[in-house]
Parts: sequence; structure tokens; C-alpha cells
Amino acid sequence: MILPSLIMILIVGGIASWIVARRSPDAARWIALVSVMVDLVMCLGIWIVQPGQTPERWRMECNFAWIPQFGIRFHLAVDGLSLTLLLLTYFLGVMAVLSSWTEIREKVGFFHFNLLWVLAGITGVFMAVDLFVFYLFWELMLVPMYFLIGIWGHERRIYAATKFFLFTQLSGLLMLIAIVALAVLHHQSTGVYTFDYQQLLHTSLSPRAARLLMLGFLIAFAVKLPAFPFHTWLPDAHTEAPTAGSVVLAGLLLKTGAYGLIRFVLPLFPGPSRELAPLMMTIGVVGILYGAVLAVGQTDLKRLVAYTSVSHMGFVLLGIFAGNQIALEGAVVQMVSHGISTGALFILAGLLQERLHTRELSQMGGLWETMPALSGAGLVFAMASLGLPGLGDFVGEFLVLLGTYRSNARLAIFATLGLLAATLYGLRFAQGVFQGPNRHHWTLPDMRPREWAVLGLMMICLVWIGLYPHPVLNTIRPGLAAAQQIAFSQDSQEIKR
Amino acid sequence: MSHADFVALFPLMIVSATAVILMLSIAIRRNHRTAAAISLIGLAAGLGSLPFASSVAPRQVTGFLILDSYSFLYMAILLIASVFVFLFSYDYLNRRQEQREEFYLLVLLATTGAMVLAASSNFASFFLGLELLSVSLYALIAYIRTERVAIEAGIKYLVLAASSSSVLLFGLALIYSESGSMKLSQFTAITSSTGQASSVLLLTGLMLTLTGIGFKLAVVPFHLWTPDVYEGAPLPVTAFIATVSKGGMFALLLRWFNPQGEGPAGASGLVLSIIAIASMLTGNLLALRQTNVKRILAYSSIAHMGYLLVALLAGGTLGAPAATYYLMAYLVTILGAFGTMTILSGSRSEASSLDSYRGLFWRRPLVAAAFTIMLLSLAGIPLTAGFLGKFYILTAGASQSRWVLLFTLVVSSTIGLFYYLRILVVMYAQPVEPATAKDSSTQPLPLPATLALAALTGLVFLLGIVPTPFWNVIVAAAHNLS
Repeated sequence: MILPSLIMILIVGGIASWIVARRSPDAARWIALVSVMVDLVMCLGIWIVQPGQTPERWRMECNFAWIPQFGIRFHLAVDGLSLTLLLLTYFLGVMAVLSSWTEIREKVGFFHFNLLWVLAGITGVFMAVDLFVFYLFWELMLVPMYFLIGIWGHERRIYAATKFFLFTQLSGLLMLIAIVALAVLHHQSTGVYTFDYQQLLHTSLSPRAARLLMLGFLIAFAVKLPAFPFHTWLPDAHTEAPTAGSVVLAGLLLKTGAYGLIRFVLPLFPGPSRELAPLMMTIGVVGILYGAVLAVGQTDLKRLVAYTSVSHMGFVLLGIFAGNQIALEGAVVQMVSHGISTGALFILAGLLQERLHTRELSQMGGLWETMPALSGAGLVFAMASLGLPGLGDFVGEFLVLLGTYRSNARLAIFATLGLLAATLYGLRFAQGVFQGPNRHHWTLPDMRPREWAVLGLMMICLVWIGLYPHPVLNTIRPGLAAAQQIAFSQDSQEIKR
Repeated sequence: MSHADFVALFPLMIVSATAVILMLSIAIRRNHRTAAAISLIGLAAGLGSLPFASSVAPRQVTGFLILDSYSFLYMAILLIASVFVFLFSYDYLNRRQEQREEFYLLVLLATTGAMVLAASSNFASFFLGLELLSVSLYALIAYIRTERVAIEAGIKYLVLAASSSSVLLFGLALIYSESGSMKLSQFTAITSSTGQASSVLLLTGLMLTLTGIGFKLAVVPFHLWTPDVYEGAPLPVTAFIATVSKGGMFALLLRWFNPQGEGPAGASGLVLSIIAIASMLTGNLLALRQTNVKRILAYSSIAHMGYLLVALLAGGTLGAPAATYYLMAYLVTILGAFGTMTILSGSRSEASSLDSYRGLFWRRPLVAAAFTIMLLSLAGIPLTAGFLGKFYILTAGASQSRWVLLFTLVVSSTIGLFYYLRILVVMYAQPVEPATAKDSSTQPLPLPATLALAALTGLVFLLGIVPTPFWNVIVAAAHNLS
């Protein structure tokens, strides 16, 4: 019963903070904070109580019948992979609530309602192992996110929110067709209607059917990830969203795409995944380079960070399809650390915007003079984002490149060029904002205790993952191994350590 | 006529008797409240008689009507929809019209017509039901006599509906001349044959009949009246056209044009597929540039009828139940949407322009939330009725491998999402000036309509979260078709 209650706490918390906000906005903020914290603590509890590798596939699950005519069950389960991403979800959730504490002054209740419901949807996505339920949560996280961007966003919010919604909805509906078709094919071959993940794993598909169905899933996840040609919604949505929205988008929503690839595409369609792996890896590398190059050219701070996300998610895509355990583990570590470092950069951009009322790089410069602490924090996260050893992103990128080199050396070399470009945008960010002369004569307040707490915690996590990634790796390994064995069985035997 | 036949006819008789009683009571003394009460009691009695009537089902009564669980299911749907129309219209009429009582009379007659359609098994009863429905609608659309648009819409509907009825009649005549039979069941035979067997005359007759049916359902290319009539008609009447009128006709189409096993094949299958695809795309594309919410919903209704045809075309064991479920979901949702608009309408004008919804969420959060839920359900977002309806259609289509139709459905519903989002954007935008509109933004909400809206919101969630009981009933009823 713990798993549904994770969702229920957020849903109820959201409604409560909406109601309470009429009396006192601060109470709404506290309710939101406490409900996310409770979830965080519960997740940490699960993690600590069952740290080791359990013989069962899932660490915890719950399973109710829902629509029996079609074999749809409300089936939630977590393994190490989901648990890690859930921890990331609630960690960033707490940060998102804290970072919008002073930024959001209007309609506070409805804001926190939407924020908590997005988190509830994401929680559901990371836990659902019934494909129908998965799709349900997949769509459900869309609506509150749409409101977050559309109501509290910046200048072009309506355009960005609508674009985001349409992109994800179209790709999501294609996935729905694929899900339904998969269930129908399963029905035709076995006579049983089911949407259960583990039963559908054993569906026998003709190669052609498998290829088409995989495309349906792949498009949905590639749009969300976003992979190179489907990324155009991302810069707009990230730039226009309020800080908390950007944090959730970059830190979590993008991860649902990667999670979908690992959890569903690889195990459900092993054959086509192997076939398409070179193409997907190429797309990943193109994304890495393209995102990095565009990031260098941006003048809007949030847009710059948004394009770095495209680049970083290219590494994730590369790692997922590289076809070996190391790269896959690297991809997941990259997901976690990118969530934290990019989330922090967006929070930083939000703090700057709150103080300067602009996101233009040309209006900044020399801020170190007036805000040394904030600038120092900015430098740390910029370094993390460009992949400095000792910080989280480095571990992920290194493992991905290592794994990729084994399967495709040429692509690995090209991907490494992306790190070079990352240095360019990382330094441009740090120099353009914090260093140089203070041309516009800003005198601004430095970090407040609340902001210290947020960025400090994120820094600690990044250093922790950078120096000692073993707890994360140990947690995700069993889940990944299960996905890996089905998808790339020959390869994994080949490089067994 | 045996005793059992009599019992089976109870629902129809009760509703028509209510119309007569209402007419007499108006002749004696005009009173809005009495009229509303009589009609609601009549509809409730009609609903209450359904269990008794279905205890003697299935039963063919007099060669005209077939009364089985399928007919009764659709009758229940139509009656409930009419109840909601009445609940919404009570305050609307209080605000806007002098002569209020005949409205109920006309709606009752139209409902009877739709119920006859759902149960008819013969050309004669088909045409009778259709005309009963249409003639009442002529008067209903132009009911607000002081509005020029209403009169215009009424005349437009009169001319077009009358000509489509004559086309339909001619089609029926052609079929009769060829086959010598007036039974609707011959449609099933014609549509299931693969084309070479049926003669030109039969095929022509079939196409003309489909024209008449298509006009009532407002599918492309017979949709041209829809936006104007939706816009001109009083809101409760628009809701009635969108639900009862289309529901009754669709019940007939689904029963007689749906050969069990596979969907319509041959020429009629091809024609229906083209109509479905054209409706989905045209409806959603034309809605994009509208600025009047009634017109937006009119175009969206064209698209939704296209989705329904996809389920009909899919056939198989899932086709008919999926279509019925989708229809139920759509009726509940669209009633809710028009209900919200009715609640927001003032005494002088209706809340139909997109601008009148600006910032609604910050003025009336609950009404706006209800409207949001209805729009999300129309767009097919999970947890709402519309999503499960769409899911069932997709499942039905996928199990018969109707991929072209399904892809059109997906693409067009994404286009559709765009204009639902436009309404949402306006509702959640900042209000331009603080509550200057004295007319609609400050008046208290009417009680019956609010209760009805709350019930519909609940139903949207119920159909979207707990579909099992509804689905079982529908499957049992649809099973009766074969």
C-alpha cells in the first residue's frame, strides 16, 4: 500500500494547498513542502530498508484489478531504477517548492496544486508496470505542466505551453495505438487481454509488427527525451516556464522519456532495438553536438541551459542504445546528475531573474563583485554541467563514453567532441555572468539562507555522485540487468565482468 | 396487441402521454414551474418504466418497433439526456423568454421521436420518428423569437432538414421498389455484402438513405448547417441537438448498418470510411479558427461523429459496445459543456464568444473547473470519460486492423486538442478589467442547473475511472444485436 500512497499524498496535498491558499499563501507552500518531504522520506525508507539485491524482480509492488474486461490492472512496482528516479523526483520536488517560495506570488494555491499533481503523474510513470496505467500517468502529468507554463510562465508562455502539449500529445497518442495494438496482438496469440508489462514481455511478434510497434513507443519517448529532430519544443518550454516548472521539466519530465526507453522499448522490442541501435546512437551523438553548439550561441540564460539539456540527453540516448551494461549504467547516472545540475542551473537562472529582471547574458557580467556566494555556486554548477571530474555529470558521461567505445569507437570519438563544446558553453556561462567588469553597476543581495539550503544540498549531491557513485550504481544495477539481458543478451555475455 | 407488447411500449407511451398532459395543463393555466415539473416527472416515469419494459424484452411490436435491451439502453440514454436539458433550460427560459411552457412540450415530442428512431425496425417508423424529431426541432431552434440569429438558424434548419428528409424518403422508396420490403434489417444484408450482389437501384437507395442519416448526424459532407444552427439556437436546444437528436439517429445507424463480425463492407463501407475520415479532419481543422465557443463545439461535434463512425466501421465484437460507450461519454461531456455555457449566460446574451470566458477561472473557479474537465474529456485526457471512450474505439479498431482510420483519429484529435487548449488559455488568462460585466459574472448560479452540472462532472469521472458496470450493460445490450 506504500506505492499508491506516494501518489495519494501528492494528490491530496495538492488539493489541500489549493484550498488553504485563500486564507494564507504561506500555509499552502508549507503543505506542498511537507507532502513532498513525506514522500521523500518514505522513498528513502524503502531504499534504506532494502538496500541489497533482492531475489524478486520488484522490491515492492501492488496490484489491483481495475478494468477486468481488458485485463487492465492498477499494477505499480518499483525496482532499483524506479526507486532512484523516485528519489530524484522528490528531491527535485522539494527544491522546486523551495525555489518558488518568493518567485510565485499570484494564485499560490493553484500553482502548488499543479506542481504536486505533476509530481504525482511523474511518480505514477516511474512506478506503473501496466501499460494502460503507464499511459494514463504519462498523459496526466501533461495537463498540470501545461498550466504551470501557461499561467506562471514568462512572455511567450502560451505559445510554449501549447507547443509542448501538442508535441507530447501527438507522440503520446501514437504510443497509445502501439500499446493497444500490442495488447490486441497478445490477445490474438494467447486469447487473454492484458496490459501487464511482464506478460507482454513474452508476446510473440513478427519482426515487422515489432518494428512498427517499437516506432510508436520510440517516438513518444524520443519527443520527451528529447532526441535530436524532436527537440524543438524543449527550448521554448524550458525558457518560458517558471523556475519550478523548468526544474521539473528538465530534471524529471525528460527523464521519463529515458526511463521509458530503458523500461519498455529495450525489453519489449529487443530485436528492433538491436537493429535501430546504430541509428539511435547516431541521433544521440548529433544531439550532443547540436545541443552544445546551439547552447554556445544563446544570449538568453535559460535558453542556454535548455540547449545544454539537449546535449546531455544525447549522452543518455547514446548510453541506452550502446548495448552494454556500462553505458546503460552511465546513462542512468547521467540522468540523475543531469537532473540535479541542470535543475540547479535553472534555479540559479531564476534567482538571477528575480534580482535582475532579465535573462539576457548581455545585461549581466561582473556579478561576482556583488554576489560572491551565488556566483561561486554558479561556477560549481557550470563546471558540473561541462563535466568536470569529481562532479556527478562526469561519472555519467565517462561511463557512457567508455561503453560506447566498446561498441562503436567512431561515435564515441565524435561524442567526446561534445565535451569540448560543453567546455565552451560552460565557460561562457560562468564568464559572461559572474566574471569580468561589472558594467551595469549591479548591487544586489547575495544568497539568502533558503537559497543556500537549496543550492548547497544540490551541490552536496553532485559531489557525492561524482566521488562515490557506488550506492546509485548498486541500486540501479539489478533493474538494468533485467532490461539488458533481454535486449542485448549476446553483448552482455560478451563483456561480462 | 398482447399485454406484454403493451408493457414493452410503456416508456414510449409514458413520454408521449406526458406531452399530451402538458399540453392540456398549458391550455388550462400557464405556469412555468408546473410545466417543468410535469415534464420531469414524465421523463422520470419513462425511465422508471424501463425495467418493467425490459422484463418482457426482446419483443417485436407490430412490425414497426423492435424493443430489446439495445433499444431500452438507448432510450435510457436519451431520456437522461433530456432530463439534463430540462434542468439547464429552466433558468435559461426564466431569464430569456416570455412563453416558456411550449419549450417542454416540443422537447418531449422530439425525445419521443428520437426514442422511436432507436427502436424502429421499419421504414415507416424510421421516417415517423425522424419527422417527429425534425419538426419539433424547427420550432425549438427558432424558439427565442426576438433573436434574429435564432430565426435564421430555424429557417436554415427547416429548409435543409426538409430536403434531406425528402432525399431519405426517395432512397427508401428506391430500396422498396427493388426489394419489396420495408424492413430496416435489409440494410444489414446490403452493407455486409461485398458489392457485386446488390443492384444499382439498391445501392443508390442506400446512398440516399445515408445522406439523410448523415445530415442528422452532421457528418461531412452533410455538415454545413451545423455551425450556424448551433450558434443560432438557444443553448439548451443546441445541447439537445448535440445529444438526443444525434443519439437517436446513431442508435438506428449502429443497429442496422453494423453487420456482426466485421463492420460495413463493400461500397457502403468505403463510403462510410470516407465520411468518417473527412469528418474527423474537416471538423477539427475548421474549428481551429473559430472565435465563438458554440461554433467551436459545433465543428468538434462533426469530428466526434467521425470518431463514432470509426467504431462502427471497426465492427467485430468490440465495435458496437465501443461506439455506444463513446456516445455515452460524448453525450455526458457535451451536455456538461453546453450546461456550463447555459449557466454563464445572462438575460440579454449568451456566453458564446470566446471573450466572455476571459479570466473565468479567477472569477468563478468551480464553474471554470467544470468546463475545463468537460473540455479535457472532449480532448480525451485520461481519467475522463472521453479518454476511455477513445481507448475503446482504438481497441476496437486495432483488433480489426483499421489502421488508416486509427491514425486519422489520432492525428485529428491532436489537431482538436489545439482549440480546446485555446478555450482553456482564455479561461485561465488574467481578467482584463476587474469584473465590470454586471450581467453574467455576478448573478447567483441557478440551483437546478448547478446540480445538473455537478452530476455531469461526477459522471465524466465515473465513466472515466469505473467503466466496468457501464461496459457490462452495454456489452449485454449490444450482444442482443446479433
